[in-house]
Amino acid sequence: MKHADEPGYTNDIDCYIKYGGYDELKKAVTMKPEDICAEVMESGVRGRGGAGFPAGMKWKFLDRKSGKPIYLVCNADESEPGTFKDRQIIHKDPHQLIEGMMISAFAIQAELAFIYIRGEFFQGYRILERAIEEAREKNLLGDNILGSGYSCDIIVHRGAGAYICGEETGLIESLEGNRANPRIKPPYFPAALGLYQCPTIVNNVETLCDVKHIIGMGGKEFAQIGTPGNTGTRTWCVSGHVMKPGYYEFACADITLGELIYDVCGGLRPGRKLKAVIPGGSSAKVLRGDERFTGKLKDGTEFDWGIEDIPMDFDSLMAAGSMSGSGGVIIMDDSTDIVEALANINYFYAHESCGQCTPCREGVPWMRKITQRMVDGEAREEDADLLNNIADQIAGRTICAFGEAASWPVQSFIAKFKDEFVEKAREQAARRKEGKAAAKETTLI
Amino acid sequence: MSENATSDLITINIDGKDVEVPKGINVIEAVKMAGKGKEVPHYCYHPKLSIAGNCRMCLVEMGMPMRDRATGEAVLDENGSQKVGWMPKPTIGCATNAAPGMHIKTGSPMVKESRNGVTEFLLINHPLDCPICDQAGECRLQEFSAEHGRGYSRFIEEKNVKPKRTRLGPRVTLDDERCILCSRCVRFSKEVADDDVLGFVDRGTYSTLTCYPGKELENNYSLNTVDICPVGALTSTDFRFKMRVWFLKRTNSICTESSVGSNTEIWSREGKIYRVTPRRNDAVNDTWMTDSGRALYKEVESEDRLTHYTIGGVHKTADEVAAGAVELLQQGDVAIVGSAHSSVEEQFYYKSIADSSGAKVSLVSHYAEGDGLLQSEDRTPNLRGALMTGLIDQLPDADLGSLARDIDSGAIKTLLVVNEDVAALGIAPDLLAKIKVIYVGTQTNDTAKDADLVIPSLMVFEKDGSFINQSFRLQKFKSAVPGPAGIQPDVMVLEKIAASLSGEQPAAVNLDQLWQRIATKIDAVPEAQTWRGIPDEGLALEPGTLVDLSFVETKNLKYDPVAFKEAQAAPAGA
Repeated sequence: MKHADEPGYTNDIDCYIKYGGYDELKKAVTMKPEDICAEVMESGVRGRGGAGFPAGMKWKFLDRKSGKPIYLVCNADESEPGTFKDRQIIHKDPHQLIEGMMISAFAIQAELAFIYIRGEFFQGYRILERAIEEAREKNLLGDNILGSGYSCDIIVHRGAGAYICGEETGLIESLEGNRANPRIKPPYFPAALGLYQCPTIVNNVETLCDVKHIIGMGGKEFAQIGTPGNTGTRTWCVSGHVMKPGYYEFACADITLGELIYDVCGGLRPGRKLKAVIPGGSSAKVLRGDERFTGKLKDGTEFDWGIEDIPMDFDSLMAAGSMSGSGGVIIMDDSTDIVEALANINYFYAHESCGQCTPCREGVPWMRKITQRMVDGEAREEDADLLNNIADQIAGRTICAFGEAASWPVQSFIAKFKDEFVEKAREQAARRKEGKAAAKETTLI
Repeated sequence: MSENATSDLITINIDGKDVEVPKGINVIEAVKMAGKGKEVPHYCYHPKLSIAGNCRMCLVEMGMPMRDRATGEAVLDENGSQKVGWMPKPTIGCATNAAPGMHIKTGSPMVKESRNGVTEFLLINHPLDCPICDQAGECRLQEFSAEHGRGYSRFIEEKNVKPKRTRLGPRVTLDDERCILCSRCVRFSKEVADDDVLGFVDRGTYSTLTCYPGKELENNYSLNTVDICPVGALTSTDFRFKMRVWFLKRTNSICTESSVGSNTEIWSREGKIYRVTPRRNDAVNDTWMTDSGRALYKEVESEDRLTHYTIGGVHKTADEVAAGAVELLQQGDVAIVGSAHSSVEEQFYYKSIADSSGAKVSLVSHYAEGDGLLQSEDRTPNLRGALMTGLIDQLPDADLGSLARDIDSGAIKTLLVVNEDVAALGIAPDLLAKIKVIYVGTQTNDTAKDADLVIPSLMVFEKDGSFINQSFRLQKFKSAVPGPAGIQPDVMVLEKIAASLSGEQPAAVNLDQLWQRIATKIDAVPEAQTWRGIPDEGLALEPGTLVDLSFVETKNLKYDPVAFKEAQAAPAGA
């Protein structure tokens, strides 16, 4: 988002072109598609949607021999709590996404491209529709793009409001008009049996935008940004108890969590201490404010970090036991009731479980019921262990990664703040003993 | 066939033992086949439906032999055998196809823990109303809970409440609280019955099975959803709350609705039938049958059953009626109206009676529209039997016009009618009044009312016998319940008549002895064939020249007349 917030920068095509927009597409259509793929591979760019899977590798898995049409799908369902970067790109710089998509579509020789946009983003939908129209008028998409002989159009499809539509096979089902029930893998890997059982690539908005820059500067140059294995920039969406929440783009590893909180976001509210950070959207494992993180990085270097020293990139956050996920950094200070925070997260995941497979459908609402009961004043000391055990029974046994997404918060909250869960139970038990009715502390629903 | 099977075998390792299984089958089937009594528990997987993978009960540990990524060479352990790279997470057996060298653990701690977890999850919102649940005793959830359940509940929250009796259609009632959302019924309706009316609404733990708005689950296969429901969610409105299943006796039978001959099981107790369900036969009906076929047992208790041997309306014994019949038949000028509802054994006797009395045999066709699945155009179970026993040598006509002319001209004096209402088939009452009529049948009708001799017959549920279906498959059925008091099996009475007619002493013949006689008359039947020796899955007979007749059946679930004919024309073993 190089220009997006510069004064005078607008989201129409003329402004975009004035700033050099679509130069990369013009360059791309003169290249061989496989060379573009090679550049993306060399850039090492990793998916910005959450899993952090190398995009070049994903493209490589594409089944090109099937003879079936290939589809490109942009995942703009952005629904991980704490994440709000894709919306900014769509609102402020839609042509960057369109250009990135057309380059990508050309690279994988897609027959048709889709933008699956979250239903709530109706403004973004309108902006994209207009932008696509503008681009079509200038022959930047549609038939015979820039005289290259390659044709591809973009269809914007609005979701109907479900978190699971962001899961790539769920998204594909939804795009086909079905319930967004994720598919079993194997056999339904999108790269082979995706949309309409055709080879399909699903990439995040930010990832597709990165493709534009990879072509602009070359894969090698792009790989210079950040550290090896953590290339390019990332947009961190900071929310919670900081003075200046917002989205901030930095090169990977260019900034530590501490710098992000204190220097960029203006620090915590006066008089508060940092209690916990969820660094990659609500499904990422929580980091405790006073924790020490020690271990070895992939390349063998040992590290010993406090929470503020953690470099913001894929591998460092993973080494610290969490993940960079979708870039949604949720800051909690010491005013946070950790049980309530988890109850909030559990409520979300229980509400969003698609209900297809057993562990998630039954287990996640169970966890919600337990945490709800705990905040309602009926906590038991054994609830922490029970919650943890339920989460263990879900993670890794479900059709899609939702099982992990819903279990990791519980597992990490219990692992790091078990004392608070037990304390809450004791407090409430004491209060009951005194004969006081258990006061309902909050009502989440 | 057998050669093909062996060449497609691959070696996989189940719990440390190398076994051979056919290539491409999934882990559930592989373990069932080669696991020596082991089972991978499952709910949503059904061998005849697409894979859904949603119940997560069949999780197993899976590993493949390790290869070095760079060189592609096998990675060996210290003993020199190839290392196994185990997947970090358990994988579902239903969607994992056996591949050479695959290793499977079906009982490791991780697998057990996964199953126990799934079982616990399925039970937390389950009403646990087994004492009043129709599925109790044949419920997968109940069985697996005993095996993989905790025995106590850690769930102290409130259970979800859902509707307990939703009418999905005229024959199916849904108890939503028991539903485990395995989607078998949804997939069956879509994939087999081709009537995509079922689906889930709402999300997550509130997901609910329902019909498409304004539609009902009313196709003629709706009760199969009840059969495949692994729990007590889909119940048969007819069978609901009637009987505990463990009291019921199961008897193998054959559906008489059409020439498909679906394999069935009759569930009865103390002489009363409670339900009919399909029995798996991959060559005939897979695991399905029609709703209409299931309702046929109700005829057993119908008001118009014939319950007495009579001569001129007066009750007689079987022996007296048999003697009376012999007397009439011996006088000559006999015609027989046979039936494709009779068993092969009975048809064999009618053929014998026809031969010794010089009778001309007619059969009446019962054709209707087929549904392309398990209800064929020919609504009789045993037309092929009538042809193979030689009772008739050409396809039946729709009415009995030529027989009527023969009666009118006085050429026929005695008419033996089997199970047909000839009065409704072109033989006017005044014609019938001119001759003597012997009626053999299960129900009364206008013909039976005016018949001089009446021989009550047993229904398929009440006797042993066999039919030959549309693809010339000989299939046997067994007696599930006794017939009306005092009624002998048809073959006993027919033996008395047939033996007397050919001047022999009637013998107490059992079906095995009878089949030794039948085997000498029908070339396609192996010489030493006994009734008991007919396999439960049936015996495919060579149709010989009969294959060239223009049968009315069109393509249905397991029968394609064109392909069948071609297969018969091809040299054997090819």
